[in-house]
Amino acid sequence: MADVVLITGTRKGIGRYLVDHFLSKGCLVAGCSREQFEEPLPAGYHHYIADVADEAAVVDMVRDVRKRIGPVSVLINNAGIASMNHVLLTPLATVQRIFSTNVFGTFLAMREVAKVMMPASYGRIVNFATVATPLNLEGESGYAASKAAVESFTRVAARELAPFNITVNAVGPTPVMTDLIRSVPKSKMDALIGTQAIKRMGEHRDIANVIDFFVSRDSDFITGQTIFLGGIS
Amino acid sequence: MKKEAFELVVFTIQQEADDLGYANLKAVSADTLLFGGDDGIDSLSLVRIVAAIERAAEERFGRQVVLADDKAMSMRNSPFRTVGTLTELLSERLGGGHG
Repeated sequence: MADVVLITGTRKGIGRYLVDHFLSKGCLVAGCSREQFEEPLPAGYHHYIADVADEAAVVDMVRDVRKRIGPVSVLINNAGIASMNHVLLTPLATVQRIFSTNVFGTFLAMREVAKVMMPASYGRIVNFATVATPLNLEGESGYAASKAAVESFTRVAARELAPFNITVNAVGPTPVMTDLIRSVPKSKMDALIGTQAIKRMGEHRDIANVIDFFVSRDSDFITGQTIFLGGIS
Repeated sequence: MKKEAFELVVFTIQQEADDLGYANLKAVSADTLLFGGDDGIDSLSLVRIVAAIERAAEERFGRQVVLADDKAMSMRNSPFRTVGTLTELLSERLGGGHG
């Protein structure tokens, strides 16, 4: 039976890449973003306009996916936002916005999707962490802290959902050329890449590779883990 | 509404009973103990039952019902104690416009 894959934050960047990635593997793919997806939609892809931080919207989306496509068996919690700022200059509203999407959005999608995975006694959930957390990147306090919370949610949810054969893991990408980092100066980016064991910019396929491992049916003994790319630990 | 809620709770628990391995849940009454004390079910089984009832209620009544919210979790007398108290909770949530 084909996996039903739900990916959050699919309009651009890594999420958009993952839509094509899972479609090419023959999966049934649904996704969401706050804004309209490009037209025409890729064949076999269902799009929802939904903010992952909006509880009612997430509940409705997961319910609708179940009705139209089937119960979600793979959840990719990709939706995320970042904001670079010195802690002294960061407005509370910015940190609240980051936590709303990155932490509360991840939690909501995880909770609602786990409810439909539970009766099937099977599920794969992949959350998004970041190397900004272990590297304690300056200027990224809100973002790094929000993703630290995601790592913690991942570890605890992994234990709570294990009895239902649902695994929960996280991938921690290095910088990949997306909108999130477009505004970061090149010198900063080079310094950051210099801290990696493998000194190159990450690519979408690097992230997809770790996700493929986590969502594989054979990975039923792998849960609560965060894998960082590029040799960061 | 209360009669329908009771039937739904009983039916759902009996359906889950085999999977959960609690023979005493195959035939239940309002007084059947669920959670609490030495004879109650384990917490994971309670999670399964509550989630199954939420799902069944949504299918039966066409709207989302949340049973395990802060209010329910902090009540002095746990609404998850017996089949009867769980029915009360479901009935209240269905009638009270929650969710």
